[in-house]
Amino acid sequence: MSGKPRLTYCNGRGRMEPVRWLLAAAGVEFEEIFLETREQYEKLIKDGVLMFQQVPLVEIDGMKMVQTRAILSYIAGKYNLYGKDLKERALIDMYVEGITDLMQMILMFPFSPPEAKEKNLDSIKERATNRYFPVFEKVLKQHGQDFLVGNKFSWADVQLIEAILAVEEKIPAVLSGFPQLQECGLFKELSLSYGCLKSSTRRN
Amino acid sequence: MSGKPKLHYFNGRGRMESIRWLLAAAGVEFEECFLETKDDLTKLQKDGSLLFQQVPMVEIDGMKMVQSRAISNYIATKYNLYGKDLKERALIDMYVEAVIDLNELLMTHTFQPADKKEQHFATIVDKATNRYFPVFEKVGGKEVTMDKTFLLATGFSRADVQLLETLLMAEECKPDILVKFPLLQSFKARISNIPTIKKFLQPGSQRKPPLQEKDVPKLMKIFH
Repeated sequence: MSGKPRLTYCNGRGRMEPVRWLLAAAGVEFEEIFLETREQYEKLIKDGVLMFQQVPLVEIDGMKMVQTRAILSYIAGKYNLYGKDLKERALIDMYVEGITDLMQMILMFPFSPPEAKEKNLDSIKERATNRYFPVFEKVLKQHGQDFLVGNKFSWADVQLIEAILAVEEKIPAVLSGFPQLQECGLFKELSLSYGCLKSSTRRN
Repeated sequence: MSGKPKLHYFNGRGRMESIRWLLAAAGVEFEECFLETKDDLTKLQKDGSLLFQQVPMVEIDGMKMVQSRAISNYIATKYNLYGKDLKERALIDMYVEAVIDLNELLMTHTFQPADKKEQHFATIVDKATNRYFPVFEKVGGKEVTMDKTFLLATGFSRADVQLLETLLMAEECKPDILVKFPLLQSFKARISNIPTIKKFLQPGSQRKPPLQEKDVPKLMKIFH
């Protein structure tokens, strides 16, 4: 047994992508099992491996973890990406949850009917530029530090980078009004983990 | 300043109810400020109180917290309802996230258009009785014995509170939904009898009633 976390999901981003990001950012190597057929998925259910019959599934530290947020919280806690105390944790949670709301819009976008796609794209742009990015731009400007919380790289920074890159794929100039987000140390830290991210671990 | 947490939301369950449950279970008194009109929401947005322009918002320990999960996580940790270590927390999180998924289905039922209601109801019943309840009835893959008290062997946690909340909501939706789950029925009775929870379940508490269809237009006016 390799001891590496093992991720089971389809071969795509979906709800597993934040988990891949967080493990990569923590410098943790992981294995992946891709569900290619319905039979594979049904076998997992029959074997009782999926607590609520759903993936993502991450086998880590002897646990068969399900529920994306549970998985992410565990990884963040284990690899010291969750702040130094309860109040920093609270801030990280608020930021992560806000970003997750934005990511949810992006996650659902491919499933929207063709006639709704333009409207949904506009909604993503509107929310990103009016509701979410201004908050983080302001946070970084106010404390002048490289990272969102406690002057230390955390889950919040990873989640934000993932969101920025995902929105930029759809709306290339989206950061044009946000100099802090463009320049900040998030990207410096990211380049350290970029080796992991450039490889097959980052899905398309 | 009273020092009590102050909750900002409309006068109904929605995304604030789980937070009310947690505070009540922890024996923490709280105040509430109800949004009645769109202006009430706009005022909070304008004065910078809402990080992402949204409620729920809870003023607690000098913070204006938003995002219901962030708020619940904070309260659960502060009042020792989140397990004793990372692994217990992981287990609690898995249970709670599933409960939230079911809760979400129950919560959105009132907002379903008339032609979708019946199918939505069938989905609720199917997911509750085939996906979620069997897990909690048989927690950990072992048969739960009658004297097992809480979801986690080490003690009372937010998972118990949030499961009870959802069981009661599910019963409001379909009164006999627990008929095949005797252990969940006894769980429900046991947790309901915990003094702080018993108090919260009594009339006159800050627990909110289910949303009625007639209240939906007022709600839409505030948030849309």
